[in-house]
Amino acid sequence: MEKITGAEALMRALENEGVDILFGYPGGSIMPTYDALYDHKKTLNHILVRHEQGAVHAAQGYARVSGKVGCAIVTSGPGATNTVTGIADAMIDSTPMVVIAGQVGVAMLGTDAFQEVDVVGITSPITKWSYQIRRAEDVAWAVARAFYIAKSGRPGPVVLDFAKNAQTSLVEYEPVKADFIRSYEPDPDLNEDEIRQAARMINESVKPFVLVGQGVELGNAREELKEFLEKADMPCGTTFLGLSAIESDHRLNKGILGMHGNLGPNVMTNKCDLLIAVGMRFDDRVTGNLATYAKQAKIIHFDIDRSEFNKNVKVNLSVHGNCKKSLAAVTKLLDKATHTAWIEGFKPYEEKEYQKVIDKALNPTEGPLLMGEVVRKVSEATKNAGIMVTDVGQNQLFACRYFKFTQPRSVVTSGGLGTMGFGIPAAIGATFGAPDRTVCLFVGDGGLQMTLQEFGTIMEQGAPVKIILLNNNYLGNVRQWQEMFFSHRYSFTPMLNPDYELIAKGYNIPAKTVVERKDLDAAIAEMLSTPGPYLLQCAIKEEDNVMPMVPPGANIDEMILEYKP
Amino acid sequence: MTSTDQQKGGALCGVCTECGKCDRLLNGRSNEAIKKEEKMEQDNSVRLYTFIIYSENVPGLLSQITAVFTRRQVNIESLNVCASSTPGAHKYTITANCDRTMALMLTKQIEKKIDVLQANFFTDDEIFINETCLLKISTPVMLENKNVCRMVRLHNAHIVEVNSIYATVEKTGITSDILSLYNSLKSIGCVLQFVRSGRICITKDFTEHLDEYLADREKKRNGK
Ligand SMILES: Cc1ncc(C[n+]2csc(CCOP(=O)(O)OP(=O)(O)O)c2C)c(N)n1
Ligand SMILES: [Mg+2]
Repeated sequence: MEKITGAEALMRALENEGVDILFGYPGGSIMPTYDALYDHKKTLNHILVRHEQGAVHAAQGYARVSGKVGCAIVTSGPGATNTVTGIADAMIDSTPMVVIAGQVGVAMLGTDAFQEVDVVGITSPITKWSYQIRRAEDVAWAVARAFYIAKSGRPGPVVLDFAKNAQTSLVEYEPVKADFIRSYEPDPDLNEDEIRQAARMINESVKPFVLVGQGVELGNAREELKEFLEKADMPCGTTFLGLSAIESDHRLNKGILGMHGNLGPNVMTNKCDLLIAVGMRFDDRVTGNLATYAKQAKIIHFDIDRSEFNKNVKVNLSVHGNCKKSLAAVTKLLDKATHTAWIEGFKPYEEKEYQKVIDKALNPTEGPLLMGEVVRKVSEATKNAGIMVTDVGQNQLFACRYFKFTQPRSVVTSGGLGTMGFGIPAAIGATFGAPDRTVCLFVGDGGLQMTLQEFGTIMEQGAPVKIILLNNNYLGNVRQWQEMFFSHRYSFTPMLNPDYELIAKGYNIPAKTVVERKDLDAAIAEMLSTPGPYLLQCAIKEEDNVMPMVPPGANIDEMILEYKP
Repeated sequence: MTSTDQQKGGALCGVCTECGKCDRLLNGRSNEAIKKEEKMEQDNSVRLYTFIIYSENVPGLLSQITAVFTRRQVNIESLNVCASSTPGAHKYTITANCDRTMALMLTKQIEKKIDVLQANFFTDDEIFINETCLLKISTPVMLENKNVCRMVRLHNAHIVEVNSIYATVEKTGITSDILSLYNSLKSIGCVLQFVRSGRICITKDFTEHLDEYLADREKKRNGK
């Protein structure tokens, strides 16, 4: 049998997993692999980023919109440590990703060799699996296992730490398929009792309320969710990551949960008699004060990850399994129901929020531009069919509140980790994961500068990212908290900004700045009709606040609608 | 059996709806049951639990397992790792003080690690426990003070070696017996060195859950 290098084996193993795109950055310890890659350019499209953090976030963006495993490849030492933020982000947001990092040869391990760092030690706590490939013989097995673990069950990141000697030594390669690990059950059998009991509890409920999380998208269970909701006529709210798991204007979709979500879903969480969580994990940004969270209700929790049950919120019933199966199984046992009065009950809260918050955010007639109006206009200009990528901060919160969704897998935002700098590279990845869709990135002036170097990647690839820079000359989200909770003491949140149009020009990215409201529509139209990337800078009101808000630690139904200093 | 969740194969409590012991119940439990459990946890919360964890024999797992305790701010009191009677499976025996909710969360988060087969926790009455200690004591003091030998006999300990300088004493038993021996010898002032092993234990249960789980997994593998 033909003998090939471990690096060449890696190429074949990646192709065997159906990988066709890699985001990466070369360096000493991964050079044999890059050399092998040179012969696979046709099948493995390598996107050269400008910083390894960009590679992992791009892989995340790619994975989130495509449903496939994102793949990043970097060198040892600083290359590997630069990926840590993205790995942690993928872990907490359940994004399937494989990161391949070079490593010094095994003979030098543990000697503080040049660019040696304990990658497995650093990444074990923030990965589903982290493994050091020390021999070329292990490549096929490790790659197959890595992809199986990354994409199955509750998805997440896997790191392969690829020792240099394993890249160069020769091996007889045979493809390996992984679909079973005895200590790991990614697709647990449904428990009949749980299904029956869930159905009974739902059938007995008069005021059911469903919390929809990203698990629905990850499980490809949109249809199952809809049938589940519609058959029993149950209203729902979504988390940020679950935003596109159901159409924004579905009759039963009552909006967003949590700190900066909508009034109705938060108030009704504490009024329902049955709370049904599907593929979400009761994050503290969603629950507010746990001591008063849904205490009046019974709670059912559908999840594929058993360790989420009773972690933050004690539940009356847990339904373990892939929600695609469990929702379908429960739906079969549901009585057809109507909960008209209960659903009508959301209306007053919707109206109140509209009057006090939404109308003002979307339809201002004077003063500087507001983030909300920009986001909604961009959304509508894509016929609400675009992909929304966000950075972190007020730009993210306004984007999530006012972008509307009709298509699945349309949300790319850093939910659990809240990683500033996520936006640009994630949006680049999204353009490769969904080349036929419009990718709109909402980013602040702070976050833009955290991964600004990826403008180089956008330029080189012509990646059609529509960058909407919501520039308020502040680290706005922190400034808001300083205003509200730290006596208006703006400690290091004002920022002197550069000329972003000029920067974009340097990268050959068409750019425009909008200051006046009357110019906004035309500018958005121009951005969307210009092929390729585009930077639209919007001069945003400097001291605007994201409202409504559940103050940190407050009860979920005590939303502040208006902040009066 | 104080079982964790049954993801990786422990037994269900099986009958009750509100025993408050297992958290995967056949029927939804009532809010009163949850309240009762929360109250119970507040009242007599922290106690010593023994965690028994089985894993595949892969390097690096130990630090991942201990990291779960560290992250949850639970101190490990003792730790023993060795091959188990099941070929290929390693057994970790860990003791730590925490409340039951914490013990449950710890075992679930440990079981989540890809190469962990099973994680469970037990109270002392659910397991047979053993620990060992070795003491190096001064021979001159031993010859001078009759109480030294009396204490050794009283505690059912053995003297395994004597020379003119020191004697080596060995004792197996439960923690409190070992500490009692140590403390009495220490008060006499003859202890030169003292070392105590981590706890080892086996369960009193009539079924071997690991074997059942592995058999089940093999069936699944063959079904593929
Ligand atoms: C890497 C990182 N550092 C710091 C923070 C804390 N942080 C959260 S929002 C925010 C301000 C963001 O400012 P900007 O990007 O201008 O967005 P804006 O809120 O103004 O829309 C900061 C500093 C973070 N989330 N991530
Ligand atoms: Mg800003």
